[in-house]
Amino acid sequence: MKTLRLTIDGVTVTAREGMSVLEAALEAGIYIPHLCHHPDLKPVGVCRLCLVEIAGRGMTISCKTPVEEGMVVKTESPDIELARRVAVELLIVNHHADCLSCAKDGACKLQEIARYVGIEEERLQRLRRTTRSLPVDSSNPFFLRDPNRCVLCGICVRTCEEIVGASAIDYAFRGYATVISTLGNRPIVQSRCESCGECVARCPVGALVPRQERNPAREVRSVCAYCGVGCGLYLGVRGNQVVRVRGAAESPVNRGRLCVKGRYGHGYIGHPERLTTPLIKRDGRFVEASWDEALDLVAARLAGYRGDQFAALTSARCTNEENYLLQKFTRAVMGTHNIDHCARL
Amino acid sequence: MTGLVTSFGSGAMTNSIADIVRGARGFFVIGSNTTEQHPVIGMGIREAVKQRGAGLIVADPRRIPLTRLATIHLQHRAGSDIALLNALMNVLITEELYDKAFVGERTEGFAELQAAVATYTPEATADITGVPPALVRQAARLMADLRPLALLYAMGITQHTTGHQNVLACANLQMLLGNLGVPGGGVNPLRGQNNVQGACDMGGLPNYYTGYQLVASQEARRKFEAAWGVTLGSTPGLTVVEMLKEAEEGRIRAMYILGENPMVSDPDVNHVRRGLERLDFLVVQDVFLTETAKLADVVLPGVALAEKSGTLTNTERRVQLVSPAVSPPGQARQDWEIICDLAKRLQKEVPQGLFAGWNYRSPAEIMEEIAALTPSYGGVRHERLGAEGLQWPCPDLDHPGTPILHVGRFPRGLGRFVPVDWLPPAEQPDEEYPLVLTTGRVLYHYHTGSLTRRVPGLMELYPEGRVEVHPDDALKLGIADGGVVRVSSRRGSVTARAEVTQRTQPGLVFMTFHFAESAANVLTIAALDPVAKIPEYKACSVRIEPVA
Repeated sequence: MKTLRLTIDGVTVTAREGMSVLEAALEAGIYIPHLCHHPDLKPVGVCRLCLVEIAGRGMTISCKTPVEEGMVVKTESPDIELARRVAVELLIVNHHADCLSCAKDGACKLQEIARYVGIEEERLQRLRRTTRSLPVDSSNPFFLRDPNRCVLCGICVRTCEEIVGASAIDYAFRGYATVISTLGNRPIVQSRCESCGECVARCPVGALVPRQERNPAREVRSVCAYCGVGCGLYLGVRGNQVVRVRGAAESPVNRGRLCVKGRYGHGYIGHPERLTTPLIKRDGRFVEASWDEALDLVAARLAGYRGDQFAALTSARCTNEENYLLQKFTRAVMGTHNIDHCARL
Repeated sequence: MTGLVTSFGSGAMTNSIADIVRGARGFFVIGSNTTEQHPVIGMGIREAVKQRGAGLIVADPRRIPLTRLATIHLQHRAGSDIALLNALMNVLITEELYDKAFVGERTEGFAELQAAVATYTPEATADITGVPPALVRQAARLMADLRPLALLYAMGITQHTTGHQNVLACANLQMLLGNLGVPGGGVNPLRGQNNVQGACDMGGLPNYYTGYQLVASQEARRKFEAAWGVTLGSTPGLTVVEMLKEAEEGRIRAMYILGENPMVSDPDVNHVRRGLERLDFLVVQDVFLTETAKLADVVLPGVALAEKSGTLTNTERRVQLVSPAVSPPGQARQDWEIICDLAKRLQKEVPQGLFAGWNYRSPAEIMEEIAALTPSYGGVRHERLGAEGLQWPCPDLDHPGTPILHVGRFPRGLGRFVPVDWLPPAEQPDEEYPLVLTTGRVLYHYHTGSLTRRVPGLMELYPEGRVEVHPDDALKLGIADGGVVRVSSRRGSVTARAEVTQRTQPGLVFMTFHFAESAANVLTIAALDPVAKIPEYKACSVRIEPVA
């Protein structure tokens, strides 16, 4: 791919053909405030925050401007400052200000932009604060949708359309009343939503937040335990508990995407009904046993059934190494080819 | 899998998820409810269709979610796949739309195929498939236009008494279209479980050692006899359904079941129960006290995936590494250690052989043994797997893995057209059992439910098994949406709530098998495909009536 050179704030930057000015700047480590841009999605230019000045063209949004050879870009000027400040102030006055009680506190893009632009309380006073309080959609067991914290960037809408392809949500109503809505503005579980949580993973503010998830202390790269796609993921662990799962962006299988089971279906791991000790059935009831007791009994009993009166079912849920060992056990120790698993089921 | 071995000499997904999703100009999805069973591949198909205009042809008896995006939906009757596929090929041949260069250079048996599909005109097959002939012609022409076209199938193709032939028909179609050995094409069976591909690769099958080395082959037998220091038989063993039948008849007397739940997953569950109860001795190694474990004499607590290290092979043959994230509860032990301990107890003297012993230090060392005995895994080592894994065949340590099979050549040389004829499902609807039952999964649950039913959120989203009934049938039978119905087959009956929906077609009812209390597999038939030995889950005859 062709590389181009342009100047941003006097710094010479290399970019690839087809990149936007915003992407070129971010890749070069130059911050331009932005809210509706997401690297996985097509640019739409609805937040109007990523303004830059391009020599010979004036002020424009950087997310929809492709880089050109020799382009000269400025990210700061009195005009940019004024236009951007007003846009940010309008977002802030329409936003619930209870940051400390928001799950996105500290990781919020709106906070990041407000810090960058520098909000002056006196200037905010001249604007009428919003009083609207819309109901939170808590119908989905895995995440909440809070329209009061939404900035209408549309990242969730585009994620559902471009990445997931379910198209469960879109903008609805007009002007001040605009919200992100399901068809007929019904609770999300009554829509086409597949609960994959891709929108939740990309929401820049606190409008879409997981319900039970807590921040992990560490992460371990793994593979999903459910279907045969084998999505790469990170298990987020706190203590001895899996508290969060996120897709592995570097996996060629799923490119960071997950479905509802992969992202939210990990509750079985530390489930109280897990088997914790060997069990031996005595008089029709299971009795707890030690490993030696159980394995001695199994070995003693199986010794009497070598050959074709024995059969084993190995597991499509176990690892290659475990499957190899059980077929080796069946063939080499028990002396039979009676081994199968549920591949056909 | 047996089907693809016959056609190509190797049975697995021919292409990679990435090259299909990015490179296919069209998709033909048959017998796969991709967005619910393999959701992330489903997302990829939808992305290809919506974002870059790829074509989509879906053949499915039900209006699955993908049909909303499909250019053409061929809503054929359950069990009529071969008639449909042969009709598509009939059009491609008679209208000379097939890839003559590919057929000429890379295949054999075209004349036989041509002769065999000659009678399968769209008009002649319409009575079997229920698909309007014009739509079949349109679909065939679209397939010829949209190349490369990726064919994807799942259990909707294989879980029939003619499953083996169904797969052959899929392979015939893709060879005819020249869609093999190219990015964006291929015959792509989507595997159901996270390591079903690996369990097959590792010889968890009665007729194969690791890497599909035949039990019946003298060369393979000698190799494993030398490695393990034992004498091995050359007759393949029994498949799961046969094992349970033999158990019921008293010929199989002891069983070891690792992490499987045949009491929910297998056909004709009442017959499974009788088989397992008749055993002298049953050991189950699992993470939960499943319906099957309850019948065991000894239950051994293994560990969950998040607690172990080892490798899994996904549907595109990619071997991926997992590492333990949390420690197992109580005294639960690593599954590989349990098997080794047991083997050592049963094998008092270690035989002579390079790999006869059971003293492994880690799963990585087990993989070295696998690699030494398995040509397609020859270059697989834990330390090579990294973030992306390796796709087999990977014969040596310098090999980068194989994203696309059959480039330039098939393992058997030329691809072989094996003509197949349509046969009706083993059980036909009659006066007593007038409806056809087909089974499957839903998005929110997984297989026998032992994991997903323990996740409260998933239970909230999909709390119970339902029976999908078409409005026409519901009206005739007096069934209300949400009302409780009894579904009966020749093997048993279950009750569940009805969902009256146009997703299904008149005469067809659909059930999931996740829920033991309304287990679809009480009803299903243990009729097997004679070659692949797969049960016919996708068609059996039932009767349905409202419960007052």
